[in-house]
Amino acid sequence: MNKPTIPNSFRTGPDEQGMFGIFGGRFVAETLMPLILDLERHWNEVKDDPDFKAELTDLSTHYAGRPSKLYFAEGLTRHLREVSAAKGLGGGAKVYFKREDLNHTGSHKINNCLGQILLAKRMGKKRIIAETGAGQHGVASATVAARFGFPCVVYMGATDVARQSPNVFRMKLLGAEVRPVTAGHGTLKDAMNEALRDWVTNVEDTYYLIGTAAGPHPYPELVRDFQSVIGTEARAQILEQEGRLPDTIIACVGGGSNAIGLFHPFLDDKEVRIIGIEAGGRGLDGIEHCASMSAGAPGVLHGNRTYLLQNADGQIMDGHSISAGLDYPGVGPEHSWLRDSGRVDYVPVLDDEALEAFQLTTRVEGIIPALESAHAIAHAVKIVPAMDKDQIVIVNLSGRGDKDVHTVANMLGMEI
Amino acid sequence: MTTRIDRRMAKLKAEGRPALVTYFMGGDPDYDTSLSIMKALPGAGSDIIELGMPFSDPMADGPAIQAAGLRALKGGQTLVKTLKMASEFRAGDNETPIVLMGYYNPIYIHGVDRFLSDALASGIDGLIVVDLPPEMDEELCIPALKAGINFIRLATPTTDDKRLPKVLQNTSGFVYYVSMTGITGSALADTGKVAAAVTRIKGHTDLPVCVGFGVKTAEQARVIGANADGVVVGTAIVNAVANVLGPKGEKTADPAEAVATLVSGLSQGVRAARLAAAE
Repeated sequence: MNKPTIPNSFRTGPDEQGMFGIFGGRFVAETLMPLILDLERHWNEVKDDPDFKAELTDLSTHYAGRPSKLYFAEGLTRHLREVSAAKGLGGGAKVYFKREDLNHTGSHKINNCLGQILLAKRMGKKRIIAETGAGQHGVASATVAARFGFPCVVYMGATDVARQSPNVFRMKLLGAEVRPVTAGHGTLKDAMNEALRDWVTNVEDTYYLIGTAAGPHPYPELVRDFQSVIGTEARAQILEQEGRLPDTIIACVGGGSNAIGLFHPFLDDKEVRIIGIEAGGRGLDGIEHCASMSAGAPGVLHGNRTYLLQNADGQIMDGHSISAGLDYPGVGPEHSWLRDSGRVDYVPVLDDEALEAFQLTTRVEGIIPALESAHAIAHAVKIVPAMDKDQIVIVNLSGRGDKDVHTVANMLGMEI
Repeated sequence: MTTRIDRRMAKLKAEGRPALVTYFMGGDPDYDTSLSIMKALPGAGSDIIELGMPFSDPMADGPAIQAAGLRALKGGQTLVKTLKMASEFRAGDNETPIVLMGYYNPIYIHGVDRFLSDALASGIDGLIVVDLPPEMDEELCIPALKAGINFIRLATPTTDDKRLPKVLQNTSGFVYYVSMTGITGSALADTGKVAAAVTRIKGHTDLPVCVGFGVKTAEQARVIGANADGVVVGTAIVNAVANVLGPKGEKTADPAEAVATLVSGLSQGVRAARLAAAE
């Protein structure tokens, strides 16, 4: 594939057609097209509206607990300096965690849900639908629906319903209806298909609250903008705490909303190296992974063109990851563009490596990270010992790992 | 340039009756059976054939067509085989129009230019690609028109008068009016509203308007056909195939015969449509 020419800024996309280079777009059925145009109209009205911003900021502060802290992970830094010394390198960069795990509902997902529920309210919608994989976005959606008094239906693959039962119960407590999806293989992509089917049927009153920076335009843009609070805060915080920008920032990428949220405010800081971590599952040789940008090809699914796991006939494959939140065969279109333009490096981390980082972080930091975030930490563990002591790395700790303890126990052969 | 679709529509207009447009899933439950179904359609009364291209993630389809697509994929169907099926059919029938219906990704992966030349060579007359609205016309619609293949657009209840010209702009062959907001296989919408919508669309175009989504019986085909230029039936045909498959996918009766029986009945419906309307 030809490399696109390097733009003056990496922060101006998408264009008016909703494209990031060849990625993105609006590949939806005609029934949904007028709705998507209507959403775009409302989004353009509110995105620079001071009243909308003030309401969102107020909720982010008092309801979600923002700003989230930028925490110097001293225990992990010390550990990795010991690793570096043992290798005779004598280095080890300072590691910071952006603590999205401390948000209300336990992950970055609330940032997007608060923004979109205010948009739904402005549009006069009466009913919320959402898709979820691990259940983090489902819980965040059910939470804001409860807070604003909307009925909420969450589509969740039947396989995920079985392996994420605590989150299913949370959603029910919050008043949402969880509809298990048995079509296909019963995971996130099937849940998204089913949510789109609901939306195409209930066009009059329903708002589709997409959980990641993917789908038809304007979703990738608006989800990114709601999540960019992560990077905007982190940038200001590191300047205040260290007096300079970081050398490297790292985030995990499933659909990629926490990553684009951290990355976007740093895209034009050329001295900052940006790394997105894909789920390498059991390795990229087979089909048991979710590394669409490392091992997939561009294609069209769920309203946008982006890198996808697919076969030679253009049929979408089911990926695998230890982390349900990364278990999606596609990725947000802006990531695909950032990959091809060379601004961001995307690399895979295996299940086992993530599991190890999960345990390490718990042990040396007293923080149980989400398995998704553990993928990003695992990459820091790989590269930090070879960096200098005066260098700085920020890892997005996108969520807390309480939801994952059953999965981890199972992987470690323990019963709880 | 006229296509088989244009000629067939003109002929039916002269006969004073609507077209029966039949959708079936290519490769369901296997290639040979599916080809036998296709070959049985014209004799049973189908005027235009919609050949479904299976896709792993059919977002606008209900459970019946989803399941049919998965059966076909499991049976080894691919885009290349679907095109081969069309050309095998074409060898014995050079009149009945074939419209390929499906989703964009398999076409995109095959390569748009290569797809269009392969489709032409296979005797394909038109395309319905569900996830390509007019905003994405540069992808496939414009190249298809240049290649001489009709690009048939879906218009829906959410397509208002302001948007309709945009939807109709590059449409050719016929306009496919989706009777409801919903997925394939849902219950038929209020037929009065459908008739009003057909009249509304006809105010914007001279193209024939065919109506689909929710039509399952001969009686419904008769009612819809009273003022539409064509009636599309899909889920009922796909179900006729599913109904003669056992729990392990084994055939309990001849699927081609089951489909032919259903289509003959539907054909009676569309043939009675204008007679009834004239009463």
